[in-house]
Amino acid sequence: MSTSSARPADALRAGDPGYQAPPSGAARRIGGIAGWVDDRTGAAKPVGYLMKKVFPDHWSFMLGEIAMYSMIICLVTGSFLTFWFVPSAGHTVYDGSYVPLRGVEMSQAYASTLHISFDIKGGLIIRQIHHWAALMFTVAIVVHMFRVFFTGAFRKPREINWVIGSVLALLAIVEGFAGYSLPDDLLSGTGIRAMAGFVQTAPVIGSYLVYGIFGGPFPGDMIIPRLYSAHVLLIPAILIGLFTAHIGLVALQKHTQFPGPGRTNDNVVGYPVMPVYAAKAGGFFFIVFGVIALISALVQINPIWGYGPYDPSPVTAGSQPDWYMGFADGALRLLPGWLEFHFWGFTLSLNIALGALVLLPLVYTVLGVYPFLERWVTKDEREHHLLQRPRNAPVRTGIGMAGITAYTVFMFAAGNDIMAIKLGMSINDITWFFRIALFVAPPVVFWVTKRICLSLQRRDRETVLHGRESGTIIRTPDGRYFERHEAQLPEEQWVLVQHEAVAPLELEPEVDEHGVARPAARSERVRAALSRFYFADAVNPVTPAELAAAHHHGHETEAIEGAQPSPELESSQATDRS
Amino acid sequence: MNALAARRRHPAAIAVLLMLGLFLTGALYSAFAPEPAEATTQALASQSVEEGKALFRANCASCHGVNAEGRSTGTDDQIAGPALAGVGAAAVDFQVGTGRMPMTQPGTQAARSDDVKFTDEQIAALGAYIASLAPGPEVPSEEAVDPTQGDPATGGELFRVNCAMCHNFAGSGGALTRGKYAPSLKDVSGKHIYEAMATGPQSMPVFNDANMTPESKRDIIAFLTTINEQENPGGMTLGSLGPVSEGLFAWVFGLGILVGCAVWLGAKAA
Repeated sequence: MSTSSARPADALRAGDPGYQAPPSGAARRIGGIAGWVDDRTGAAKPVGYLMKKVFPDHWSFMLGEIAMYSMIICLVTGSFLTFWFVPSAGHTVYDGSYVPLRGVEMSQAYASTLHISFDIKGGLIIRQIHHWAALMFTVAIVVHMFRVFFTGAFRKPREINWVIGSVLALLAIVEGFAGYSLPDDLLSGTGIRAMAGFVQTAPVIGSYLVYGIFGGPFPGDMIIPRLYSAHVLLIPAILIGLFTAHIGLVALQKHTQFPGPGRTNDNVVGYPVMPVYAAKAGGFFFIVFGVIALISALVQINPIWGYGPYDPSPVTAGSQPDWYMGFADGALRLLPGWLEFHFWGFTLSLNIALGALVLLPLVYTVLGVYPFLERWVTKDEREHHLLQRPRNAPVRTGIGMAGITAYTVFMFAAGNDIMAIKLGMSINDITWFFRIALFVAPPVVFWVTKRICLSLQRRDRETVLHGRESGTIIRTPDGRYFERHEAQLPEEQWVLVQHEAVAPLELEPEVDEHGVARPAARSERVRAALSRFYFADAVNPVTPAELAAAHHHGHETEAIEGAQPSPELESSQATDRS
Repeated sequence: MNALAARRRHPAAIAVLLMLGLFLTGALYSAFAPEPAEATTQALASQSVEEGKALFRANCASCHGVNAEGRSTGTDDQIAGPALAGVGAAAVDFQVGTGRMPMTQPGTQAARSDDVKFTDEQIAALGAYIASLAPGPEVPSEEAVDPTQGDPATGGELFRVNCAMCHNFAGSGGALTRGKYAPSLKDVSGKHIYEAMATGPQSMPVFNDANMTPESKRDIIAFLTTINEQENPGGMTLGSLGPVSEGLFAWVFGLGILVGCAVWLGAKAA
């Protein structure tokens, strides 16, 4: 201010805050409301904390978001459907606008579903959005699980969240089963009939269980209202509760991130929730909703009017459950009939029970237990916030692929009749193919996956030590040929060398220093064997010493003619053997 | 050549090569694949039993025998063609009229074909000859197969009880054992549906007038005509094959599109 020197007294005001324009009316109102809420709830701190939370960015981190948004879409559309759906087995005669069923006797559940489909404005699209979103929910859960598994994101401290996720996945398919059983059309009734049969195969208690579930003999009129309570109240409540815990733990433990420049086990590199991530995640919700709505507008799903009302006598060809129950159906199609045993006047239907009652909980138990098994083998008690590249855990990646293969064989076996007519093959041959594949394919896939991972790791080593092949051949004046290798940027190199070197656990010597036999506990021997299985042929990252040696020898170029085994290659092979 | 060498490490190179390879394989196959042989001889139109007999001997006798007595292949107890006395004109009209007979080659099951080898008059003559051997089901009248006189709702119930377990709820077809199948009923004429029920071709049971009245048959024809002609509420049907095709669609297109969007959003960050 030019006038300040004119009056000495102005010096006294030096350092005073200058004039501040009062906040605009809107800002004052928002601030006022925020302050009012904060005064009464103390929410400013936690909300501020959440808003400033940083999330790392990668497309595969959004797979879980697809599941979350599909679930929300199911909740919204499901609420709409409850306005008109009548969960009752009560008898009625259809007189709605779908001509081929007019005058047909049916349950009120089926009639109200027809009513929603044909006589409620927007009813059919909402029904289709609900069903497609349910399929996408279960699909997204599975691929989200793949991502978490193959990147090792389930390691400490996230084992609990992995278990919660496994329970969520199981609940999602139970919720789906309860949902598609409700319309009481021929297909869903066949599904309930099958479920009744499955429960009956439980040894000793089977028939009592069925009477309990159905409130009497099949079909009775209790099952639809009971499934309805489970579908709209019980399971969604547990789903949402567990889901809240699932996402709360993510916020608490911070999101994992892929290794990269500046990313360590102690930080998170990404964008804060407000404004970037909130905008992206919010936008992604509308993308997911839009894509599912588009599919629902174009592609028919579960045409219940075509199946007709349920009647215990007919059944339609192509009766399958929705895809997420397919693996259990497929197991039933693969199980041989001779597993049914008769003794002392009792029947033990292992041919059904193994696929229908044992497999489903088994799959989800194995899933939930895996992190604890791996931790027991590796004795790794440290926290991990950096993800692993799948190639850097070859045995785990192999196990995962073998598991996916077995699941896929089961799932595809459920479609053996559709394959038979669409591919012009014999259903018997297809079934035998899957029976053999169930035992042969997973070990083969394990082996192939592991070898591919090891090869990729070796190539990473090569790239670090010798740079990237440029494809440019250079001829020297004395007639020798070289392929020029381009040096890597440090940030590219970091990704290839950042992971930890691993080695199998060593069993302590059998005798101690006094020559006294020290019997290793059986569990220790098992652990050592498993550790060898995981890490015996590990390819470890290039060490700084190896890198320095490679540079020292000036191996930016590699001779094509007169190739002599380079010391680095030998050393890496030596590491492989060790 | 230089341009090619410079681009051989392009990210799209593998995809382009793959497409090229697939295209070449397809093109070569279509160029060298053998044409299906034309097996039938041109026969003269005739209404008489005698003419039908002549047509039969020229076109059918090698499998069904010179006098329609049936023939064996000579290996084990396999038959080349069954005896035809008593199958009736309806069976001839169905088998020949839908292009199933004459079979181009022995197989698990004769497939429907749009390439019908005989004219309507020739088929009628063949039918007259077979009917002259022993009485059997006759070709139904126009009125018996008129869908407008049937009740589609009753027909739907009858269809679900009697037919859907093999032919699927929407008549899309289904699998039977060892490569046999119940064919799709899409765009099959009412006459042929009636004849199939009356004669029980191949693996199909016989639904004669004693266990399914002509009126019930007409109701079923009315039902199938209705679902064939109705527009599909809710969009594309994915083949009306049930949840398998829906699940496949969710995995391939639903997941594919959403992951594509996620990759696009993820790329926007960097």
